[in-house]
Amino acid sequence: MKKLLGITGLFIVIFAFTALQQESFISARNIENLLDRTGLLGILGIGVAFVIITGGIDLSIGSVVGLVGCLLPLFVVDKGMPVPVAILLVMLISAGIGLAHGLLITKLKLQPFIVTLCGLLIYRGIGRFITADQTMTFGGQYKGLREWATGNIDLPVLTASKGFSLPMPFLILFVFMIIGSVFLNKTVWGRYLLALGRNEQAARYSGIKTERLTILAYVICSTLAGFGGILFMLDLNSVQPSSHGNFYELYAIAAAVLGGCSLRGGEGSIIGVMIGMGILQMLKSASLFLEIPDQLEFTIIGTVILLGAIADELGKRIVHRIRQAKQNS
Amino acid sequence: MNYPLLEVRIVTKYFPGVVALKQVSLTLEEGEILALIGENGAGKSTLMKILAGIQQPDLGKIFWNGKEANIDSVEAAMDFGIALIHQELNLADNLDIGSNIFLGREPRNKLGIINRRKIHEESLKVLERVGLDFDPRTNLSRLSIGQQQLVEIAKALSMNAKVLIMDEPTSSLSSKETARLFEVVKDLKEQGVSVIYISHRLGEVKELADRVVVFRDGQNSGELSKEEITHERMVQLMVGRDVSKLYERTPHQPGDEVLKVTDLVSPVFPSEKNSFTIRAGEIVGMAGLVGAGRTELLRVLFGIDDAIRGTIEIEGKLCEFHHPKDAIDAGMVLVPEDRKGQGLVIDWPLDMNGSLPGLDQHLTQKALIDKKNEVQTAETMIDNLNIKTPNRKQILQFLSGGNQQKVVLGKWLALGPKILLLDEPTRGIDIGAKEEIYHLMDKLAADGLAVLFVSSELEEIMGVSDRALVMHEGKITGELPRSELSEESIMQLATGQELAAAH
Repeated sequence: MKKLLGITGLFIVIFAFTALQQESFISARNIENLLDRTGLLGILGIGVAFVIITGGIDLSIGSVVGLVGCLLPLFVVDKGMPVPVAILLVMLISAGIGLAHGLLITKLKLQPFIVTLCGLLIYRGIGRFITADQTMTFGGQYKGLREWATGNIDLPVLTASKGFSLPMPFLILFVFMIIGSVFLNKTVWGRYLLALGRNEQAARYSGIKTERLTILAYVICSTLAGFGGILFMLDLNSVQPSSHGNFYELYAIAAAVLGGCSLRGGEGSIIGVMIGMGILQMLKSASLFLEIPDQLEFTIIGTVILLGAIADELGKRIVHRIRQAKQNS
Repeated sequence: MNYPLLEVRIVTKYFPGVVALKQVSLTLEEGEILALIGENGAGKSTLMKILAGIQQPDLGKIFWNGKEANIDSVEAAMDFGIALIHQELNLADNLDIGSNIFLGREPRNKLGIINRRKIHEESLKVLERVGLDFDPRTNLSRLSIGQQQLVEIAKALSMNAKVLIMDEPTSSLSSKETARLFEVVKDLKEQGVSVIYISHRLGEVKELADRVVVFRDGQNSGELSKEEITHERMVQLMVGRDVSKLYERTPHQPGDEVLKVTDLVSPVFPSEKNSFTIRAGEIVGMAGLVGAGRTELLRVLFGIDDAIRGTIEIEGKLCEFHHPKDAIDAGMVLVPEDRKGQGLVIDWPLDMNGSLPGLDQHLTQKALIDKKNEVQTAETMIDNLNIKTPNRKQILQFLSGGNQQKVVLGKWLALGPKILLLDEPTRGIDIGAKEEIYHLMDKLAADGLAVLFVSSELEEIMGVSDRALVMHEGKITGELPRSELSEESIMQLATGQELAAAH
């Protein structure tokens, strides 16, 4: 809870600071753009949060996004598959990737870092190979679908007065966030995930099927990466197989960590991930508006996350000290 | 006038909101083995940390050979020759013995290159003093825990330690290793080294100590000279009350056979088959030396490791366990040896730990966690097991070991099991909490639970069991009814000898 307050505070500070410097930062157009990007990447962040909570990591997310971006137009345009079938197939492939990761990690006891790093390399290569590195696109087709999945929804008052409408991806993220939060905090499986992330042995000794749940986390992560990949494809309608989705896993992981997931496992908040991704996207946009050279974009994001981590660690120590003092009294 | 080697004079130490040590005093002579005993939280560790320079006293002074000594850092303590051997060893098991002994103070030549030959020679000298016949170039990981401990002592000796402080040194040693350690400690005494020996194990204290100092609630509660050291006196001074009730029992009426194990083979001892039965309402102790395969047997019973062969029957039904969940569903639960690693999610609150195994049985209609049930389970546990905690939200690592163990028991009892397995249930908890756990086991058996508990403390086995099984090298070598339980009979079976002629 304290962590959520902390990043919400950070969010407000960055927002207010940039808005005061540059009024156009809070234009309807820019806010829409921010929400759109937060929505698309936030979905990936929620996925990786589940994996991080088990104490694992998934580095393959960006490559899954890239692969899905290649497969969807390939299936629909080149193979002539009906759209629902193609989407279903792509989702199944994504879930299968997660299943493979989970099995390798739990049954063969391979390290998550290695498994998903190899995944990153493998899926990228496959995507480039099957498309022969050609740019993939729907062309002018499937406008309706694209509009539905990534367009904007008019709002009663705001649209008329300010010209602001809500981007669909953000609405989707919001729905996922609620489902994810309920899953993590209110259901048995969520509690089990937190337990096994904190102390795998104690969870197993309490009768929890820890391997199954770990696999589930990887399946959730890759499936959400696949779903996000579909939205990205529909949003951009132009995919470079060699670069589409590059670094997205790092955005997702950074947002999850910023939002309160501990890489040691056992800790995390889905709402936090959304706010964390909001901060990342805002930083990106703010550096543009404040005319900071865009070469520095990553440097700024990195610095803010680092400062956040330092503040968090110092805060923890203070809390620990107070607790111990209380304990001794 | 003759001064003691080390003297602690009316030392007081405050921690935020608490007095950890209240005007305690203590003397140590050259070549003396002084045992320091007391329940958890009595202040032993605090005093040891002060002597080792980790903490400083708020009031009072320390004297070395009659002169005031200012021990304000670990280095200062080492300069005086005071070395603390921690409960957890501080060695790097990826390095060899010699490198460990000289870690951080390696002899070097002018170029800064480590002088290996000097390390080798010096190491050999100190290894001989602790009776370790190893080449200093042996990798530490090849040594047993007991041998590693001797390396730690050798390391202290290489720094010219005159006072060794040993904190629960035998807690992870087998009885053979313990005997070896005692020989070394007695040898060191002959060499003029003084030892402050902290232990929960009163039998060891009796064997080893020249004098016993007892702490209670941060104060001196008494001192016993060599002739006065008896078990009863020590306990009396530690607890400050009558302890004849420690092993008080109600007579049990064993009922039907609940657990029947036939020819069970655990993966650690693939050539040993074990069979036994346990009846409802009886407490069966499982004795043996450390490493005799008792924990391994419990692991197979509880479904953590798969059995190689053999069958487990519960109430006549054949069971196959591949996961603890299977055993739990069949009504058998385990209180594991490693409370913090396996028994609890130690940095979670009490209520979330208490509800963990039963979560899936108590769901709201919407498939969500039943918070009401969680609260109720926690409150019931706190009341029934007399858990001392500010509230049910308390993070467990801030509770005492005894109260933590009660939470492990409580989470299982909430499920209403038929068979309770316990692995060293009273390890590292104070006498007061031990007594409560014994009484609880007694009560549970009286209520019809079948209880099987592993313990390395003979006294506990003799005090609590209706019947004892004894293991040696993976095999149950014998079974003793309560009337035949004695240290001799258990030790004979535990060391693999045939029982004396009477059988």
